[in-house]
Amino acid sequence: MFKVLDNAVPVACWSCSIGHNDSTLFCPHCAKIQPPPGGDYFSVFGLQPALHLDLPALEHEFHKLSRKLHPDRFARALENEKEWSLADTALLNDAYRTLKEPIRRTEYLLKLVGTEMGAPPESKAEKVARVPADLLEEVFDLNMQLDEMRMNRKTGEADPLLEASLKEARQKYSEMLESVDRDLRIQWQSWDTGDVATRPASQKKMVALLDRRRYLSNLVRDVNEVLGA
Amino acid sequence: MKASMAEGRVVGIDLGTTNSLVAYMEGSTPVVIPGVDGSNLVPSVVALDPIPPEGGRPTITVGNTARRSLIETPERVVYSVKRLMGRGMEELTEELKLFPFHLAADAQPGEVPRIQLGEMQFTPPEISAYVLRQLKRNAERFFNAPVTQAVITVPAYFNDAQRQATKDAGRMAGLEVLRLVNEPTAAALAYGLDRAKEGTIAVYDFGGGTFDISILKLRDGIFEVQSTNGDTHLGGDDIDNLLLMIALGEIFAEHGVDLRSHPSAVQAVRKAAIEAKILLSTEQAAHFDIELPNGDRYQREIPREVFDMLIESVLERTAGPCKQALADAGITAEQIDEVVLVGGSTRIPAVRQLVNDLFQLSKRGKRPHTELNPDEVVALGAAVQADILSGASKTTEEMLLLDVTPLSLGIEALGGTVARIIQRNSTIPASATEHFTTGVDGQTNVAIHVVQGERELAADCRSLARFDLKGIPPMSAGLPRIEVKFLIDADGILQVTAREQRSGLAAQIEVKATYGLTDEQVESMILDSFDNAEADFAKRLLIEARNEAETILTAVERAPQSAAWALLTDEERTKVLVARDYLISTKQGEDAAAIREATLLLDHATRRFAELMMEAAVSTAIRGKTMDAANEELGEAVTAPHAMAPAEFK
Repeated sequence: MFKVLDNAVPVACWSCSIGHNDSTLFCPHCAKIQPPPGGDYFSVFGLQPALHLDLPALEHEFHKLSRKLHPDRFARALENEKEWSLADTALLNDAYRTLKEPIRRTEYLLKLVGTEMGAPPESKAEKVARVPADLLEEVFDLNMQLDEMRMNRKTGEADPLLEASLKEARQKYSEMLESVDRDLRIQWQSWDTGDVATRPASQKKMVALLDRRRYLSNLVRDVNEVLGA
Repeated sequence: MKASMAEGRVVGIDLGTTNSLVAYMEGSTPVVIPGVDGSNLVPSVVALDPIPPEGGRPTITVGNTARRSLIETPERVVYSVKRLMGRGMEELTEELKLFPFHLAADAQPGEVPRIQLGEMQFTPPEISAYVLRQLKRNAERFFNAPVTQAVITVPAYFNDAQRQATKDAGRMAGLEVLRLVNEPTAAALAYGLDRAKEGTIAVYDFGGGTFDISILKLRDGIFEVQSTNGDTHLGGDDIDNLLLMIALGEIFAEHGVDLRSHPSAVQAVRKAAIEAKILLSTEQAAHFDIELPNGDRYQREIPREVFDMLIESVLERTAGPCKQALADAGITAEQIDEVVLVGGSTRIPAVRQLVNDLFQLSKRGKRPHTELNPDEVVALGAAVQADILSGASKTTEEMLLLDVTPLSLGIEALGGTVARIIQRNSTIPASATEHFTTGVDGQTNVAIHVVQGERELAADCRSLARFDLKGIPPMSAGLPRIEVKFLIDADGILQVTAREQRSGLAAQIEVKATYGLTDEQVESMILDSFDNAEADFAKRLLIEARNEAETILTAVERAPQSAAWALLTDEERTKVLVARDYLISTKQGEDAAAIREATLLLDHATRRFAELMMEAAVSTAIRGKTMDAANEELGEAVTAPHAMAPAEFK
């Protein structure tokens, strides 16, 4: 199910020619930097794919690897070492950026395990189709209010009632967002402790939760924009 | 030669809008290298001397010498060229309205703008290269050895084209640019050197032409930039221009003189405006008093309150980027532990007030850091980064800078919208892999338009380059799978590679940078191709050493005419004459180091004489003569600490 690293295939080190496992950043024999390994973002940090991560430990490992891999450490090295330092550091940075942020991490893991995810809706019709069923009516009203508020902003008209109602909506959707995040964490837990049999179910739930989350955070963003906060 | 050069010193260069500096690490302390005139700052001004009467190419001067030409021959002087780096023709037309120099008349849209300077034309990177070459020479003179590698600082908010233009300038000046470092980050390095601090700091960098704000997290010697924002066209220049426009308007209204047809008069007003601005940082009021071409005088008093009001709109433009940077870093102003002020414009009291309010400093019992000279701190930080890169230093071996890209990278998608592939504030190096395919059967080319910026439409972003993927094997539409890897390197510059996955063929990429010079153009603009050669370097050192020897010898020849000479003891006089003769004979030889040593010997021998001359000059002045008259009597440079002293050598 995972992109399993093939430890059985040795690669000869470009410098000392001794074969090594292709997932290392440095040759275990001569310690020279190696081209980017083929594994996933988790393996860069020596981790198995998981949704709960020890973030301080991740940051510590990121700093430790940065010190060893960064192009600043290879400014006067051979051309190929420079090139690999650049490629390896880009991989390290991309991996850290993805894994440290919970939503990006979840999306990445779902993609890694081959779960189909809904692409961000492109057309307006598609957006409407994606509205969570329980919110359909409210969102219709909210959009009307947002339009009205935008008009008010342009004409400089004040409508305290409308503003209060929008603030109330913001509060409500923010709370819904928090509740989605709580549900997500529950799914993380069940995925991390689950197995091949139970994981597909949590993956499916996470996809749905991420969809809902995206939708809600767009709503909150729109309301914030209009309220100017 | 390659190996020995790699061991050479790496210097740090601050290529500024107004002034430029070069610095290096002396042991564990970064130090600015002074020029021949003893000044740390080299004004970023380049002037073309008049064509010599015997013909040939006119001489190009840089720095203070060039700045003096500004009033007499403004059409032969370029300044603030940093504002023009990496920009297109259309963008510059408006910008250049306030400058005395102009674009070349035969400029074609789409090409890199050329500036007309007297009878010659230069691209902005070439002009910067002259400034860089001056700094390189200052460093070489200081070390008495060639300098070929450098770290150059750029505003954090510089885009890809502006960074590339700066790197091109380095190459033209004969410098291998080991790294471009963001100015606010460099400043943080300079401040972080002697304090093993942990915490979150904000660097507010308001310079001559650019504004940057960067938020960094310091931890275990790692300087991790969280976010950056800014405006590459906002700085002290804007304040100068504002004062200049007001003055020009008033002069026209009150005296009926339109100075815009008198470039040197405009420069005189500009100079007065700058002086007034500087004065207002310490005084409550400044005065304009300028003689106009028609003999009238334009006199005006500017109280500080009026000044503060005038510049409010300029300063206010720094607030938005600060708020955005805080939001992007996911923190509030109260979570900033320290604020560092960088750039000459942060001397303005109203700027400090704004920073204080933005980050709620005094409310929290804090003050911004200003301990390091705001004009020098960026160069000092560049020297620290140069030391890190040279990899051989105990002081900096634990330090590492992790910077970010200031602008999002995107690809123009269907309908002219932007598909973002690398978000702004991503730690660099950063990469993104995208897959492209064909839309028509048998299609062998795919065009990709890469843009930088935060807007939704490609047309509103900054166009970076158009890539043409060529040589795709003819297949049914949608079948080819071309993998394109976009990588932003540690300098913040984009690199692109591509391959077609189904056929296994490497797709050819043809890159057309929207702004910027081709490799061949840069090659042809290298200032003097022999500048790197050891032989040429030795020749130049010899010429310089002889010139310095000549200067002090001329002064010694004139010495017996001075009253101070008679005050020396016989022994002192003999010492001077022996040292003089030794220098004269050494000067005939080819050994630059020996000539310098002999020059220093003569300098030491004449020290007592120089002191006596200074005393005489001072007492002459006291007796009622002016210092200027005393100067004439005593020869030039009597105001120097030591009348005959050449700059010290290491």
